[in-house]
Amino acid sequence: MQQTASSFGGQWNLLFASEFALSAAIALGVFGLIGFFCYRYRRRSPFEVPTRPLRRNVFMEGGWIVIPTILALAFFVWGAILYFRMSTPPRDAETIYIVGRQWMWKAQQPNGAWENDELHVPVGQPVRLLMTSEDVIHSFYVPAFRVKEDVLPGRYTQTWFNATTPGRYILECSEYCGVYHSQMRGRVIVMEPKAYAAWLGTAGSESSAAAIGQRLFHDYGCINCHNPDGHGPAPSLVGLYGTEVRLENGQTVTADESYIRQSILDPASQVVYGFRPIMPSFNGKISEEQILDLIAYIKSQKNPEQPPISKTPGTLPNRSDGSP
Amino acid sequence: MATIAQPVGQPIEQPGRFTHYLNSEYGIRSWLFTTDHKRIAWLYVITLTLAFGLGAIAAGLIRLALFTPQGDVVTAQGYDELFTMHGVIMVWLFLIPSIPATFGNFFLPIMLGARDLAFPRLNLLSWYIYVFGGAWVVAALVYGGVDTGWTFYTPYSTEYSHTNVVPTEMGIFIVGFSTILTALNFIVTTHRMRAPGLTWFRLPLFVWTIYATSLIMLLATPVLAIALLLLVIQRVWTVGIFDPSLGGDPLLFQHLFWFYSHPAVYIMILPAMGVVSEIIPSFTRRPVFGYKAVAISSFGLAIVGFLVWGHHMFTSGQSIYASMIFSVMSFLVAIFSAIKVFNWTFTFFRGSVWLQTPLLYALSFIGLFVMGGLTGLYLATLPLDVHLTDTYFVIAHFHYIMVGGTLSMYLGAMHYWWPKMTGRMYPELPAKLAALLLFAGFNLTFFPQYVLGALGMPRRYWSYDPVYQVWNVLSSAGATVLALGYILPFVYLLWSLKYGEKAGPNPWGSKGLEWQTSSPPPRFNFRATPVITQRPHTQ
Repeated sequence: MQQTASSFGGQWNLLFASEFALSAAIALGVFGLIGFFCYRYRRRSPFEVPTRPLRRNVFMEGGWIVIPTILALAFFVWGAILYFRMSTPPRDAETIYIVGRQWMWKAQQPNGAWENDELHVPVGQPVRLLMTSEDVIHSFYVPAFRVKEDVLPGRYTQTWFNATTPGRYILECSEYCGVYHSQMRGRVIVMEPKAYAAWLGTAGSESSAAAIGQRLFHDYGCINCHNPDGHGPAPSLVGLYGTEVRLENGQTVTADESYIRQSILDPASQVVYGFRPIMPSFNGKISEEQILDLIAYIKSQKNPEQPPISKTPGTLPNRSDGSP
Repeated sequence: MATIAQPVGQPIEQPGRFTHYLNSEYGIRSWLFTTDHKRIAWLYVITLTLAFGLGAIAAGLIRLALFTPQGDVVTAQGYDELFTMHGVIMVWLFLIPSIPATFGNFFLPIMLGARDLAFPRLNLLSWYIYVFGGAWVVAALVYGGVDTGWTFYTPYSTEYSHTNVVPTEMGIFIVGFSTILTALNFIVTTHRMRAPGLTWFRLPLFVWTIYATSLIMLLATPVLAIALLLLVIQRVWTVGIFDPSLGGDPLLFQHLFWFYSHPAVYIMILPAMGVVSEIIPSFTRRPVFGYKAVAISSFGLAIVGFLVWGHHMFTSGQSIYASMIFSVMSFLVAIFSAIKVFNWTFTFFRGSVWLQTPLLYALSFIGLFVMGGLTGLYLATLPLDVHLTDTYFVIAHFHYIMVGGTLSMYLGAMHYWWPKMTGRMYPELPAKLAALLLFAGFNLTFFPQYVLGALGMPRRYWSYDPVYQVWNVLSSAGATVLALGYILPFVYLLWSLKYGEKAGPNPWGSKGLEWQTSSPPPRFNFRATPVITQRPHTQ
């Protein structure tokens, strides 16, 4: 089996090997039996009429229904447990934004630096990828990590991994996305934490994502209504991220990245309780990358009294949690 | 099994001359305007062979292009059009109609002891619709081409592809009516035209599978038609159905598409299973062990097949809990398939096994279907699928089912029923050689693709990372052996039409009802209506 370089690679390989053993046993058993029967009971004369038919046997018929069912359910449960872990990022995961477009990958590091067709990550640090697409559906696939998740236009999807071995790993788009689909390849570069910190220092973005977002917040005029002191015609966004928001229609939603994104593109769909739907839609006027910068800015606007839900973008990853 | 109690039908031949459906009329009009289900089956054989040839040429060019990691032989655009052409033609113009439209058409009425299908003219109309829609699809693919893949995923197919998406889809839409009408015809015939004494649990297993297949065709094909129409509406009138920038949902298309296209897999594989269930008893002189379990498991597959479409979408962003439901349902598919395989295996027990070519094909089917089916377990297991989906592992898996399973059995059925359909024997030695070439060539072509997928090579790649090259070279080399396995039968079967030995009514010594009439059968199948008193293949 292929090398693995992520924390669930070993579990994955064990599951794969177990299914391989089971399927090889079933296949060899069936082929062996048929081969033996074909030889043992070969026709010796054209007029041969076989006798002594196999009697209908409830235990046999029941056995090959019940035993495969139990085995199948066992593998389902094992798989579902591992899948649940693979789909649920840990709380201490660092978020990196991914934007797919025909035919390149863009990644934004926590300090705001954008990179193309490469993704640098530190070893031993859970990394959560929050992904969207500018055009068609792509799929973010790192075979060595056993990680794959489609990247869709118009919404965020997420996946996560914890790289265990420094090195360069193939990154591929695995959902057909047009003529140069096969060129949409890159590398994930897993680095020792120190080397990663040094790289981040030189990766040279003039300003962090939050700072870019702050500029956009003024340029697009968001600040005119979303006044930080809370007295504007629209709710203040300070301390918004991660809180529960009550809407005009009576629903309560969590203010996560998807909520903020949708509020920018389709404000009328999620009007906050007590406010009027006066915000214009920015659909088509703002790029996915700019939305991510705005989200970074909103996330950085913390409420002084409240402890933050997620870590501030712009700080270096915390490495006190020990790498495996 | 069939005892002819008393002659009911009138003999239609004159004394002294052996008349049958092939020599009762002559001339091109007697074929193009025939309502005889047996002749219509031949019309399908001819058109399906043409479609298969086109699809196979596209596949050959794909394998040639993948011989080296860099993109060469064809341009990137050309490559995308080739795999789309291969997929569209093979799925809709070959695999879906393959066994039902040919052997189903020919043998369903005969196995029921009927004179023809319930609606003979509708049967002919189905063929014309197939030819019209098929020609439309081929024209769209050849003049201009389509680059979306046979899956037409949105929003690529709605906003970003500048190729013949709409014409191709309209062609597929038209072909769908041929499928629906054929299914309707088969269902009505099975209900209304069974011979005296032919109760449901005396039906040949082939009839059971054709009936289950027809139900899927009737229920699933309209959903494909809906999906394609919505896509055309989105593309032509820019209505935001699937496009997120207009408020649509790209995943909605995937749900609709797979709601048809997963059951479509059972449209392809069930009839093949039916043929296996006819060949094994004929060459072991044993009725299929566990007849009822095998018959009912066809229905199990047909029903569960409608409930597993989401397993194509585990990494698409659908809810992980939805994925879990689809995963557990997919494991059920394995149970029904296992029931069939185990019962076939024990049919050989204490039988009288005659290893002729049709049985070789049936054994080859079991081998390839088991390997394809078992790798389906890996894909049903959620975390394994995350890594394996959209890679060559999936390509290998479904080719083991569709080519290893359905196509092998199409050829197996061709050999098994060739004496009945033509009155001539095929030459046994080259036929055995071809069956072995097909089995070996198939494994050489597609087994390396399992390895490629496990290593992480995505599908639909025109150029690829050089680490994958060695397995691609092996696969392309295997494809040449596989090609021989297709060409050889084409040659000797044509040869045997003129030079083959006379077959006689029952060269296999089979108890199947179709073997109790002459070869070739008379125009209305039986000279007297048969009366059925036992299960099929009872010795």
